[in-house]
Amino acid sequence: MCLAIPGKVEEITNDGLIRMGRVNFGGIVKNVCLDYVPEVEVGDYTIVHVGFALSKIDEETAKQTLADFREMGVLDEELAGEDEAFARAAKAPQSPCPDGSCSKE
Amino acid sequence: MKYLTEFRNGEIAQRMAREIHSITTRPWKIMEVCGGQTHSIIKNGIDQMIPAGIEMIHGPGCPVCVTPLELIDKALAIAAQPGVIFCSFGDMLRVPGTDADLFQIKGAGGDVRVVYSPLDAVELAVKNPDKQVVFFGVGFETTAPANAMSVHLAKRRGLKNFSLLVSHVLVPPAIEAILQSPGNQVQGFLLAGHVCSVMGYWEYPPIAEKYGIPLVVTGFEPLDLLDGIRRAVVQLEAGRHEVENAYSRIVTFEGNRAAQKLLAEVFEVTDRAWRGIGVIPQSGWRLSEPYREFDAEQRFHISGIHTQESPLCRAGDVLRGAIKPAECSAFGKECTPRHPLGATMVSSEGACAAYYNYGRFISAEELAGAGSGLTGATRG
Repeated sequence: MCLAIPGKVEEITNDGLIRMGRVNFGGIVKNVCLDYVPEVEVGDYTIVHVGFALSKIDEETAKQTLADFREMGVLDEELAGEDEAFARAAKAPQSPCPDGSCSKE
Repeated sequence: MKYLTEFRNGEIAQRMAREIHSITTRPWKIMEVCGGQTHSIIKNGIDQMIPAGIEMIHGPGCPVCVTPLELIDKALAIAAQPGVIFCSFGDMLRVPGTDADLFQIKGAGGDVRVVYSPLDAVELAVKNPDKQVVFFGVGFETTAPANAMSVHLAKRRGLKNFSLLVSHVLVPPAIEAILQSPGNQVQGFLLAGHVCSVMGYWEYPPIAEKYGIPLVVTGFEPLDLLDGIRRAVVQLEAGRHEVENAYSRIVTFEGNRAAQKLLAEVFEVTDRAWRGIGVIPQSGWRLSEPYREFDAEQRFHISGIHTQESPLCRAGDVLRGAIKPAECSAFGKECTPRHPLGATMVSSEGACAAYYNYGRFISAEELAGAGSGLTGATRG
């Protein structure tokens, strides 16, 4: 739950109450609150946790981390939409070990 | 499953592991506080790459796991009420309460939803003015800015149908509680990188000084974890106890000032009960007076909660780092991810789930025998 995923800010909007952005995580685009990173502009990379940008990072770090997280299989889990997230949570935690097969008993 | 050696930087990882081997002269016990790091360590076999004498003790940094049973039962009672839309992050859905979990409440007709962000819950409140929307605000310092902003925004929008069920806990008091516990064996800590991205690490030098232990801010990727472990071992071998930042590409000493400012406005520090551990003084946040009207516990006045933990479950011992998951007699038998007895078997950050999912079914005897007897039993 404490994982923050890097993404690229593609668009910034401000309705007077909250500064929001469209952030692209290697192809998946999400609405993200940018209030905590006033220094971030369009084209910048930032790390995002549950829809909130927490700090600006450089492009190389972002791309490398994104690739690592994709390899570790955490991207889909972190960025799932509501229905998918529910379905995932309903059957989760999914064990790669079929029921009992890796148990000793 | 992907093993570390399959990663493009597997070679660098092997080199770092060799370096740790070359500098290690004695057994050390290092705790990674964060459950996400536990998951990464077990998944990537990092604990098996480092010298057998270096034992990674898994800490209580799984917010879902430490949320008290009483609060989960309250969540279930609120979610079951008509006219309520109950929103949560996904990993709370299957955490067992005394009689049910949120998934079962949904099956019985409750409107339970999984959201990506607490702001989605605020949006639901805007779109459903005839419903009470409740967000289960669980988490450590990483998640707190998001939950704080949801309440702040609800207040500014004048929403009367949004509330937060708050279960916020803090890392530094938990570290101190572990260090003060009788029989503590932890000699150094890996600090959770993303917690520090919010809070910085200015809170930790007094802890390093007071208890004489090294604390290393560490990331989640395999190389980050190996680097964090390496730096902790270097300090331990040299008899140093400093706060070090091994995650400087993300974390600064100050942290995110804007987030800390809103946190200080929306929340105030309070005593919190940690599931399996007990009450830790000044170890969590509750809504501050100006935001108290958004407290779901006040809005719904749930009473008559009688909690009962599974008598078999030893999640508390696991969360304190006193035992490894496989040392619990119910592990993999009565307790599996499909039939969890405790939250540590449910959450993706729970140590029991990590051990189960990656096939760590070593017995206590094998565990104690590992590392040429250097590690010994870990009962605290």
